[in-house]
Amino acid sequence: MATIEGSMLDFRQLDLLAAQDTVIHRLDARAKVLVVLLFIITVVSFGRYELSAMVPFFIFPVVMVVLADLPAGFIVRKVALVIPFAAAIGIFNPLFDQEIRLSIGSFGISGGWLSCASIVVRATLTVTAALMLVAVTGFTAVCGALERLGMPQALVVQLLFMQRYLFVLADDAANASRARELRAFGNRGMGIGPFAAMTGHLLLKSWERAERIHMAMLARGFQGEFYLQRTGAFGLRELLFVAGWLAVFMILRFTNIPLLIGEAVTRLFIAQATIP
Amino acid sequence: MSHHIVAADRLSFSYPDGTAALRSVSFSIHHGESVAVIGANGAGKSTLLQQLNGYLTPTSGQVRIGDFPVTPKTLHDVRRTVGMVFQNPDDQLFMPTVFDDVAFGPLNLGMPTKDVEQRVTAALDTVCAGHLAAKPPYRLSCGEKKRVAIATVLAMDPAMLVMDEPTSGLDPFSRREVIKLLNEFSHTRIITSHDLDMVAEVCDRVIVMHAGEIRADGAAEDIFADAGLLASCRLEPPFSMQACVVCAKRGGQTS
Repeated sequence: MATIEGSMLDFRQLDLLAAQDTVIHRLDARAKVLVVLLFIITVVSFGRYELSAMVPFFIFPVVMVVLADLPAGFIVRKVALVIPFAAAIGIFNPLFDQEIRLSIGSFGISGGWLSCASIVVRATLTVTAALMLVAVTGFTAVCGALERLGMPQALVVQLLFMQRYLFVLADDAANASRARELRAFGNRGMGIGPFAAMTGHLLLKSWERAERIHMAMLARGFQGEFYLQRTGAFGLRELLFVAGWLAVFMILRFTNIPLLIGEAVTRLFIAQATIP
Repeated sequence: MSHHIVAADRLSFSYPDGTAALRSVSFSIHHGESVAVIGANGAGKSTLLQQLNGYLTPTSGQVRIGDFPVTPKTLHDVRRTVGMVFQNPDDQLFMPTVFDDVAFGPLNLGMPTKDVEQRVTAALDTVCAGHLAAKPPYRLSCGEKKRVAIATVLAMDPAMLVMDEPTSGLDPFSRREVIKLLNEFSHTRIITSHDLDMVAEVCDRVIVMHAGEIRADGAAEDIFADAGLLASCRLEPPFSMQACVVCAKRGGQTS
């Protein structure tokens, strides 16, 4: 079973991958954020019953993972954790939408199943892209890029603080839940009551911590403005990177390549069948 | 230089729930002095420190830092003068990397980027943490965190250092490093701690607090020699001044 500590470690590992030095890692963070954003928008813009046209989009994460030398198995396992949530969103579609949209021989597939599968594919694509972005850029650099791309600073700072104190809070939570397990003796102390008290306690502790952090910030002259490091330049390589992927996304968006291949193959068969 | 006097004049403070944490506290500390504020848990030490940089406003009385009384108008200057190191370094290190964190103060003071880089490097070198600059704070050990927390304050070039429990939670080696560091500073130092052996090594003067009042204020050796006073404030002399436990046991066995 996944524990809090386990998933925290994985998150740190994802961030550590960003310290590598490859062609992709060296690109300015803004270029990578932009491309991933474009990718997600393109994937999400497909109609609800679309399935085959989305498959070629897997080329983006695959190419990036190879170029950036990321451990593919690790990314796949992380994505697999999220997919059940996406599936849960689409799970009732087959009940509500029973109109037959596609038939393979005598076997009909309803629109509900199609849209459900479509949601899962979409989620897989977007979540993979997002995880990959953190692994090739680093969470801090992603935040920095968002700020330089015009995201309000208050939001960026929230993200940075979240990342910094997620680990601290997770440690607190892990300690508290271990302390509870050690004194639970079977299932008696594991009910919803102690859990609620524990969560409330965590909230209060975080609240107090937030006050102390604010005090530390004031003590060092904080006056509402955050100065984040700005490194990296958006050069020709970044421009080519963004333009190149944008072109690929547009081609894949407006031509259904699996369909074209299918038609070509069918035509070939018909041509062969008519020759004799 | 009379410029860097810290003076509290009949300072009283009550928390909103009515708890009186400070009762008419008065003292004055001169430039370059190294002063310890000691007392049992809940004696009012942390409340006193929070008054020194204006985080809490006194119920009555006044604090003066240098030429300024601490008021909402002078807060900016006061905070530049008083470098505050918090007890829990996790509260003090909130930026993505050690470098960013040490640069936080100087950037807030509006220094140009070039100077900031120099200052950060110098501050980190002072605490022997130059090699940690690129690391995120959560990947430091506790000793490293404490030293980096001191660097974040040094980078602002304060006239005085106020530290809450600088040696708590450290292993003996890291503790020794921090003590060495504190002895190297020429700043005015105000330190609260339960580590009285550290106090004996670092501070010349000791202020004893009990129940929100100052019970004694004098030279460290005089205070630590007065076992009666210390006991009445729920304290003990430093271990190095107490009889040796090991020898006492050994003596008991032979007789």
